[in-house]
Amino acid sequence: MHIQEELSQRHVLSLTVSNEAGILARIAGLFTARGYNIDSLTVADITQDHGVSRITIVTNGPPKVIDQIIAQLDRLVPVHKVTDLTESGPFVERELALVKVAGTGEDRIEALRLADVFRAKVVDTTIESFIFEITGTTEKIDNFVGLMRQIGLVEVGRTGVVGLIRGKEAN
Amino acid sequence: MAEKSGADILVQCLVDLGVEVVFGYPGGAVLPIYDALYNHPTIRHVLVRHEQGATHMAEGYARSTGKPGVVLVTSGPGATNAVTGITDALMDSIPMIVITGQVPTQLIGTDAFQEADTIGITRHCTKHNYLVKDPGKLAGIIHEAFHIATTGRPGPVVIDIPKNVQIATAPYARPEFKVHASYHPQTRADAATIDAAVEMLAAAERPVFYTGGGVINSGPQASALLRELAALTGAPVTSTLMGLGAFPASSDQWLGMLGMHGTYEANWAMNQADLILCVGARFDDRVTGRLDAFAPNSKKIHIDIDRSSINKIVDVDVAIVADVASALDDIIALWKQRDHRHADLAEWWARIAGWRAKKSLDYAENGVEIMPQRAIADLYKACNATGKDVIITTEVGQHQMWAAQHFGFEAPNKWLTSGGLGTMGYGFPAAIGAQMGNPDSVTICIAGDASIQMNIQEMGTASQYRLPVKIFILNNEYMGMVRQWQELTYESRYSNSYSDSLPDFVKLGEAYGWTGIRIEGPQELEAGIRQMLDTDGPVIVDCRVAKLSNCFPMIPSGAAHTDMLLDPNQIAGVMSDEAKALV
Repeated sequence: MHIQEELSQRHVLSLTVSNEAGILARIAGLFTARGYNIDSLTVADITQDHGVSRITIVTNGPPKVIDQIIAQLDRLVPVHKVTDLTESGPFVERELALVKVAGTGEDRIEALRLADVFRAKVVDTTIESFIFEITGTTEKIDNFVGLMRQIGLVEVGRTGVVGLIRGKEAN
Repeated sequence: MAEKSGADILVQCLVDLGVEVVFGYPGGAVLPIYDALYNHPTIRHVLVRHEQGATHMAEGYARSTGKPGVVLVTSGPGATNAVTGITDALMDSIPMIVITGQVPTQLIGTDAFQEADTIGITRHCTKHNYLVKDPGKLAGIIHEAFHIATTGRPGPVVIDIPKNVQIATAPYARPEFKVHASYHPQTRADAATIDAAVEMLAAAERPVFYTGGGVINSGPQASALLRELAALTGAPVTSTLMGLGAFPASSDQWLGMLGMHGTYEANWAMNQADLILCVGARFDDRVTGRLDAFAPNSKKIHIDIDRSSINKIVDVDVAIVADVASALDDIIALWKQRDHRHADLAEWWARIAGWRAKKSLDYAENGVEIMPQRAIADLYKACNATGKDVIITTEVGQHQMWAAQHFGFEAPNKWLTSGGLGTMGYGFPAAIGAQMGNPDSVTICIAGDASIQMNIQEMGTASQYRLPVKIFILNNEYMGMVRQWQELTYESRYSNSYSDSLPDFVKLGEAYGWTGIRIEGPQELEAGIRQMLDTDGPVIVDCRVAKLSNCFPMIPSGAAHTDMLLDPNQIAGVMSDEAKALV
């Protein structure tokens, strides 16, 4: 007997939640308990009184599972609103990465050239290394990291995705 | 504003919220609360023998009265012992408040004596939970917790209170109700969904109502409205295990329970229907059987207060997110306003009559052994004859299914069973809780010889509070349902399903000051049951039944409704790994 899996789609979910102790564990635990996937998860408080946080979750699953994820999140008591950015119209998503590259000679020059193409900034340097700061979509950062891997990538730190719907309205 | 200690604030809130009974067990981390309850004039504390018992008592109390059940336990083992009952309440949507003591705030996280991460442990088996670190916030949280536990889809809420928060003082004023920042369950349906449902119901030629525990949770009004809508539409009605009693078993329109051990007519009606109205049920695997063969040619309307139940397992055509009573009320009003008459259902009822003629609940008797089905049927007859209000609880297993099949329920809140979690050990404490809430009712726990032992220590609780509960054990000396599955799936290799070293239940009863009765053969059955019902105090009945009886009809795991087994002779060979892997 073999276990079969269904085809998945990537979705970016944006949640506003009461900023209370344990909220992150509640949400992360819901994903593990019900077997949903988390590709990335970001959280930070977004109101002046620190009462509400925005959580952005990148997940993947068949459409029916995505519907369930939204419904399950929505019924958690401290969750104010769940928006599926992928379904709700045009939206902006960005991720920030710090990318450390070490090398000398031609590799070092190529790293700078590529950083320029990707509009990455140098935020730390030694004679033998750089740390680049890059923002963009997940795909752009994947591409940049992939290129650096060939010319001396040491390590990467990524924030995960944040996103907002385009236009003047709040979601 | 007057200052009160956290413990006094808690007790004041319980009084203000109308709490009359608390099921609990003291310990170091709740001593201040127990002191505040000492000789309390209105709140009655029921001292249990094990914290799991307290949670099931609270469930039984809640399910039979419609009021939330309240549990009070200490930190660490007190809280962890309560986890099974909390999970049970979550699965069956029972309103319950569990107050747990916690080590003082300065000791949290230090592996202190009797410390457990109660909030972490119960996060996913509660509707919501709270750790209260400030006595000033306690009153607001307790009122909010009751609101959350009892509204929307009901469920258990845990409030974890460190010991120093119980002792520290804060200004107290009774909290006013305020709209919650994020918790707003939808209880009224969108008009468009009601409109669609009414038109589909009016046009249906082969409708069936598939009802569940949500009808009971919605209150007695929902059961009354269900009966009215069934009369208006002429549709047959079936129910899940949890929904029994919402529709009267004596009605001509009643098909019996559906699902794995449901009747032939209920499951075939589901399979052949052109419209299924699902009312407060959730398409559980025990109901649907093989999903791709479930009700293949029907449109489906689903009424549920929890949006996450919609399209979770079965895709539906119309989703009505609302409280059952409110949705049924809207449907009935629109049906009447449009002056609908139901379609001619004569042909549909004729087909149902054909399925009924299979008499799927019949069983053979040999005159020597008591068939368990007979024991239930006779119990039902004898209960009816008393003319008293009867509440039935069950443990989990074959006896539970036989009770569901052979005991007829006419009213809601009279049938208490663990459906979702399937918790052995539920029924007896639930009976104690139900008896506390319904002192004038006859409360009977139908049990198996294995299940009853899971919380048998609560016999002492019933004795202490003079609760005249009855335990009716169908004793076949097996974990019958396990044995049945081993017979069906594992060529009768009865691995660890024999109940060895059973106690003498009659003597055990006597040891607790109960009346013990043994029924050993068919000729003793009627008199034994009558003696149980005629005895004023608590009674334990050891009813020896046929040891190897199996529960039929049965839809094997992963099979379609139409592949139902009606008797043991239909069992064929060895199961595939795919079938074995299903629960």
